[in-house]
Amino acid sequence: MHRRLFLQATAALGLSGAASNGSAGESPAGDAGQDAAQPATPVAGDLIWDLHCHFSGVPGPTIEDRTRQILEYADRMGVQRLVFFMGWPWSQNPTPDDFRRQNDQVLEALAKWPERLLGFAYLSGHHPRESLQEIERCIASGPMVGIKLWVARKCSDEALDPIIARCGELNAAIYQHTWLKTQGNGEGESTPMDLALLADRHPTVPIICGHTGGDWTRGIRAVRAHKNVSIGIGGSEPTSGFVEMAVRELGAERVIYGSDVGGRSFSSQLAKVYGAEVPEAAKRQILGENLKRMLSPILQTKGIPS
Amino acid sequence: MIVDVNVNLSRWPFRRLEFDATGPLVTKLRQHGITEAWAGSFDGLLHSDVAGVNARLATECQTRGDGILQPVGTVNPTLPDWQEDLRRCHEDHGMHAIRINPNYHGYQLDDAACDALFQLAGERRMIVQLALKMEDVRTHHPLMQVPTVKVAPLDALVTKYPHVPLIIMNNYGTIRGDAAARLAQAGQVYFEISHAEQVGALEKLVQQVPFQRLLFGSHFPFFNLEASLFKFRESRLGGLMVEAIQTANARRLRASQR
Repeated sequence: MHRRLFLQATAALGLSGAASNGSAGESPAGDAGQDAAQPATPVAGDLIWDLHCHFSGVPGPTIEDRTRQILEYADRMGVQRLVFFMGWPWSQNPTPDDFRRQNDQVLEALAKWPERLLGFAYLSGHHPRESLQEIERCIASGPMVGIKLWVARKCSDEALDPIIARCGELNAAIYQHTWLKTQGNGEGESTPMDLALLADRHPTVPIICGHTGGDWTRGIRAVRAHKNVSIGIGGSEPTSGFVEMAVRELGAERVIYGSDVGGRSFSSQLAKVYGAEVPEAAKRQILGENLKRMLSPILQTKGIPS
Repeated sequence: MIVDVNVNLSRWPFRRLEFDATGPLVTKLRQHGITEAWAGSFDGLLHSDVAGVNARLATECQTRGDGILQPVGTVNPTLPDWQEDLRRCHEDHGMHAIRINPNYHGYQLDDAACDALFQLAGERRMIVQLALKMEDVRTHHPLMQVPTVKVAPLDALVTKYPHVPLIIMNNYGTIRGDAAARLAQAGQVYFEISHAEQVGALEKLVQQVPFQRLLFGSHFPFFNLEASLFKFRESRLGGLMVEAIQTANARRLRASQR
């Protein structure tokens, strides 16, 4: 085991002798069981940028309430920058009014925490004209740095081409949800093979294959030949071997950490990286360096510190 | 010191896993503070020679377990003379627990065979581990689609056998808050945490289920071991709860059998 990984894991459990964090949840009998592993403060050092965050999984009537809670958990896990997309509640096939409403919620959060949060605009392949307008509003003229496409329309559809092309011009990141469900995908739900077709038509535009299809053993293969495609590893069970195969087949530079909080946890998704049997340099790339590199041009254009 | 109640040995049928060899698995468990691991065998999912599976598991734990692996035998009550498998687990192998996989073995929790299994396990004061699933149903091999265990009959089963210690494993939202609390109240029902998800999962879980009924479980090596370990960093529970979930509850459960 790599020494740094071991230290990370043991520190996470307080086994390294770190002091108690003194949280409000500390039991009055806080010294019970001296052998017990205790939660510890986050381990500093790794650059961790989270590609995939939502306002779900926490209570609260406002976006600010929800974001504040997510950030507290992120602080505990050492996650420095978080990419949010879609609002609350969300919809799978949003009307233009609905995706504008959801993007307004993300813009609200960005305004409150500009130093921590990044935003991708939620769009729909069913509404390419309005989606292009939203790119102008949120990205070209606004603070967002990428787009999110979910399950409204398969990404292999050529109707999406103007959206992808415009993102390429702006250096905006493109996150496309994909799954490969044994029982069959939803009608507009893309597979990694659909994404490969899209990537083929836009070979110079970086595209992120969200969830790597869930069944990553097939998803990785589907995008392997498309060098402009990176994979997002968030939003699935913390199965061992995922990151190892991705690094082996794609190279660490094409693998990006994300969590899909709050439906998922930082814990389970970070474990995919920290628990992987890959070089430590690869882990650093996956945890934050790759996303930072991808976003650097647009961040620089907007004057957002990275 | 952590007791992990959800570990598997041998080979996952559909791909090789990191740490699916016992030696490296034990080394990793030790490096992460696991001092006792209750280990079943992946072979128990599909093999019909369950007696052979359990004998190999017992030998593997004894010879390569470095003192931390406690074997948990598979019992499939649809097999002829399954009662002998249960007897051997208890008497020949000295196992304290058995693991059941109703979905892989083709029965329901309200089948007569399952009732009989709980009856015999209770008579022998053995713990029953119920695995609700093994992997995300969306990623199953197309020729091997195994639905998650239907849990509706659990209330009646637990009410009938309230003194049989039952550990619910791999529960990814199959049994939710109120139902989990009801089961915990109805009998000796425990939940392990390997599939507890959402941000801050453990903080939410202890609001739903008494923390005395939660156990550390990892589903390692199918899952990365760190996934369960990191949950204690993401959630702030306080020392008493952490110690209970990681160690004391499992120790107390075992002690109650003796």
